[in-house]
Amino acid sequence: MSAELLELTAARAAERVRAGELSARELFETYRERAAGENLGAFLWVATEAPETSADAPLGGVPLAVKDLFCVEGVPTTAASRILEGHRPAYTATSVARLAKAGAPMLGKTNMDEFAMGSSNESSGFGPVTNPWDRERVPGGSSGGSAAAVAAGLAPWAIGTDTGGSIRQPASLCGLVGLKPTYGAVSRYGMIAFASSLDQAGPLTRDVRDAALLFGHMVGRDPCDSTSLDFPGELGEPSAERLDGIRFGVPANLTGDGVEPGVQQVFESTLATIEELGGEVERVDLPNADHGLSAYYLLAPAEASANLARYDGVRFGTRSGNGDLLSMYEDTRGDGFGDEVKRRIMLGTYALSSGYYDALYGKAQRVRTKIAEDFRTAFDRVDVIVTPTSPSVAFRLGERTGDPYAMYLSDYFTVPMSLAGIPALSLPGGLSEGLPVGVQLAGPAFSEGRLLDAAHALERAIGFDGSPARG
Amino acid sequence: MINRDQVLHVARLARLRLTDEEVERITVELGDILEHIDAIQALDLDDVEPTSHVAPLENVLRPDDPRESWDRDRVLEGAPDASDDGFRVPSPGG
Repeated sequence: MSAELLELTAARAAERVRAGELSARELFETYRERAAGENLGAFLWVATEAPETSADAPLGGVPLAVKDLFCVEGVPTTAASRILEGHRPAYTATSVARLAKAGAPMLGKTNMDEFAMGSSNESSGFGPVTNPWDRERVPGGSSGGSAAAVAAGLAPWAIGTDTGGSIRQPASLCGLVGLKPTYGAVSRYGMIAFASSLDQAGPLTRDVRDAALLFGHMVGRDPCDSTSLDFPGELGEPSAERLDGIRFGVPANLTGDGVEPGVQQVFESTLATIEELGGEVERVDLPNADHGLSAYYLLAPAEASANLARYDGVRFGTRSGNGDLLSMYEDTRGDGFGDEVKRRIMLGTYALSSGYYDALYGKAQRVRTKIAEDFRTAFDRVDVIVTPTSPSVAFRLGERTGDPYAMYLSDYFTVPMSLAGIPALSLPGGLSEGLPVGVQLAGPAFSEGRLLDAAHALERAIGFDGSPARG
Repeated sequence: MINRDQVLHVARLARLRLTDEEVERITVELGDILEHIDAIQALDLDDVEPTSHVAPLENVLRPDDPRESWDRDRVLEGAPDASDDGFRVPSPGG
């Protein structure tokens, strides 16, 4: 039974439960045992028992892996940082609460890059995660634990967060569908803040239908997050089989150069598939997108340096030192934060400091305006922008840890969409050297329905097989 | 681009205790990162408005109704050093 269960997508498992053909308890217990016994480092905490779920709930009691960035009342929540070791929040993130209510109870908390800062999951304060496609490689990051868990069949589906690519890039490296929603589509309440103007929660799933189902229960205005909005229009089940009349734009500067040949090959074959399905492929210009990485690595660390000021050893988490107040702050933060977090706090504080504010932070904000304008202009001509999600397949553990900028380059194709606040998803396009390659589809604000529909048609035609990673 | 003294100054602003090894390493790493990022300084964007957020929102208001707050004991539970009714910290005096 268990092997058969494992092959069900989350949506199919939910259908079986709702039809009375499968017990939600059995489903939860099957995954709970797998999650508790895993050896990828994907989970930081696993639930001990199945919660009560109504069999009528739309998500059918299908258990959900939750990135450790989401606060859950009474459950250890650390954002994979030692500074929050032992922290048990007093409240639950809106996304987690909404999904539990809709019938997706939490299976466990997944490993991640510390405070979501990283592209390989190697900056976690609790050890790395390995990629189920190749145990010597990274799963991507920062939602690396969520991605590895779903790819390996330790969880039917998962949620993660994406600030500059943290859902899309691990989805790409693990052969999953990962959606970063429009900024404001999903409440950020209860998400441990990294860069508040960029952070968004979204699904990591085996297929497009699962992503649409989960996303549909995450959206909506939340009085606790005043930047959240009601999702305009309907979000139906994706059903498209053709792409007739849909115009796809390929930005020349977000393909080709710096992309591994095997990745470029999968990307080009995806473009051919788009045309076979009736879609039109044309070139678009995003002239400022090449400055996205620079703007992102000033703005996100600047916001992070302010957001992470709260970890000072006073209200929660750990405390170090036995000197006066100032040295307690410094010792607590020096001991509690890992290398990458310190690097970003330093970079962000520098960019905001007197004498550099206008030249660095202010300039990056203006670049952000230009990038958003580029996308608006492009979407006058095309419906969807398509790029590779990541310039490379999953890289080896340790390969980029000694060179922070090389690690940042992993985000080259994903940060422009984050800066513009537009939705983007990664869809498995095929394999290169036996490892998954993701293709990124981006659209105007609140075009998730259309993106998921286009991804559905492509997914059917591509026929990607994720089963090797489930072992 | 960035020297040791600047790194020490920024670490002080950020309330981060760094070891000598960290100061040395971060000086090199930040220098390398800034060298790549620096290209945007040359862009002429003086007449472009800065973007601080992308949500089409301003002045989101709500009724000013009193409501229950979190339980004090529950909030104090997670503090490294709580007293009966607050967070205890070391003396600010050196």
